[in-house]
Amino acid sequence: MLTTIAFYLFSAIMIAAAFMVVASRNPVHSVLFLILTFFNAAALFVLLGAEFLALVLLFVYVGAVVVLFLFVVMMLDIDFEQLRRGVQDYLLLGAGVGILLACELLMILIAWKSAPLSAASLAHATPLHVTNTEALGRILYTDYIYYFQTAGLVLLIAMIGAIVLTLRHRPGVRRQSIKAQNARTPAMSMELKDVLPGQGS
Amino acid sequence: MALIPFWTWAFHSVGIQLPYGWSWTLSQVTLIVIFQLLLALSVAVFILADRKIWAAVHLRRGPNVVGAFGMLQTIADALKFFFKEVIIPAGANKALFILAPLIAATLAFAAWAVVPVSAGWVVANINVGILYIFAISSLGVYGVIVAGWASNSKYAFLSALRAAAQMVSYEVSIGFVLITVLLFAGSLNLSAIVQAQAHGWFFFTMLFPMFVIFFVSSLAETQRPPFDLLEAESELVAGFMVEYSSTPFLLFFLGEYMNVIMLCGMMTVLFLGGWLPIPIWPLTEIPGIFWFLGKLFAVFFMMAMVKAIVPRYRYDQLMRLGWKVFLPTSLLWVVLTAAWVTFVRHGGA
Repeated sequence: MLTTIAFYLFSAIMIAAAFMVVASRNPVHSVLFLILTFFNAAALFVLLGAEFLALVLLFVYVGAVVVLFLFVVMMLDIDFEQLRRGVQDYLLLGAGVGILLACELLMILIAWKSAPLSAASLAHATPLHVTNTEALGRILYTDYIYYFQTAGLVLLIAMIGAIVLTLRHRPGVRRQSIKAQNARTPAMSMELKDVLPGQGS
Repeated sequence: MALIPFWTWAFHSVGIQLPYGWSWTLSQVTLIVIFQLLLALSVAVFILADRKIWAAVHLRRGPNVVGAFGMLQTIADALKFFFKEVIIPAGANKALFILAPLIAATLAFAAWAVVPVSAGWVVANINVGILYIFAISSLGVYGVIVAGWASNSKYAFLSALRAAAQMVSYEVSIGFVLITVLLFAGSLNLSAIVQAQAHGWFFFTMLFPMFVIFFVSSLAETQRPPFDLLEAESELVAGFMVEYSSTPFLLFFLGEYMNVIMLCGMMTVLFLGGWLPIPIWPLTEIPGIFWFLGKLFAVFFMMAMVKAIVPRYRYDQLMRLGWKVFLPTSLLWVVLTAAWVTFVRHGGA
């Protein structure tokens, strides 16, 4: 009863927020609605008993990825009038793609059949007495260890690639060297001179 | 939990048979409301303590006018904020301007849901408690960014960017510290982590350097001095909340102190054995809640002392400390801890 109420509440908010991501005129509002969407998706994961996925969704997407989105969107200098003027040019193409997607969704909806025994295995996200995190960890680090490591490697390469592409060595930039600063002594940086009267000018 | 029979009885006495699910929900809600009220009140005590400790270090008296020893000073300040007019700057994004302090305060309160204050005394004893804390604290940055952006002020926005960069940077090393602790304890459940310390608090194990990193990172995460660069009084105005007045400002202030107390609580739970007593006879008779509060206050005392005696960092020094010192150290410690748990405790891979 309560779970059902919660499910419909979260899904309704989620769909409304997802709609607002596309529909709202201010891109910053769009990003904030996206956060709301993720939040409700996380809540739905919790209702399914997949609390690990819910929290990973929160701190990977909401806590890190969307923060970067927000940074970028806030820095953008957008002329809304100009953006809206372009809508008519792409209306035909956009509508075509939209209708295509809607048709595909409808086909899936009509042709959807679940395997006869799958309902029983869906009752619990994980076997009883094994926590979510443990179950996922056991599968990831045993059966799928090579895929897991490969995914990590791909991410590492992407990260290094991004750094290499954007790193510029500009000549003439004076960088701070903490080591050199700490190694400085009064003897190295000061020189005492005896100035005779009348010669100091 | 203990309130379930009460609500069943209360509704029964007016002739309504309450299903178990509803009485459970009602009892949880009552528990949460009581807990949060106590927390909000305790913030008043902690703010006063902070000011008193700070004053004592400076050989001042601190607040001493309102109430005995100035004990009601925080309440008086809060009342003053309530009765002021809420000023929303022209050109500000009104909805987001109001939303930002609400985000900050709500998240600060929400994080307490999984912190066990004594054996079994926890609002939600979930199996992923540590992840929950990490998720909630990583959301705290939104209150800051949204406040800075919605204010429509260059100063607020610049300060929000500074604060956000700082919080995101130190979150990384906090995450690694949490990983070492959960490797060592073998659980993500905060109550189980406390239980795992029954034979020795993690403070006295190989995790001690992680405690130091966590302590310094929490100072940076909550923008306490010496890392309070976003409101460095000598060079800037009040940071991302410069346009805020009255109750919205109070909410930011409340959220900030609540976060500080939360991180003190986390240090207590993760490293100092939570509610566990020092195992010597007369001390073990003291109830767990007092041990928890005592340890929490000891950590808070250290934080207040740091505020009083350490000069402010420069921004580049702050970034260097986070990315070039804490991140590699904590990463190395994750590997070391994992190796120790595998090869020493479990005796081989």
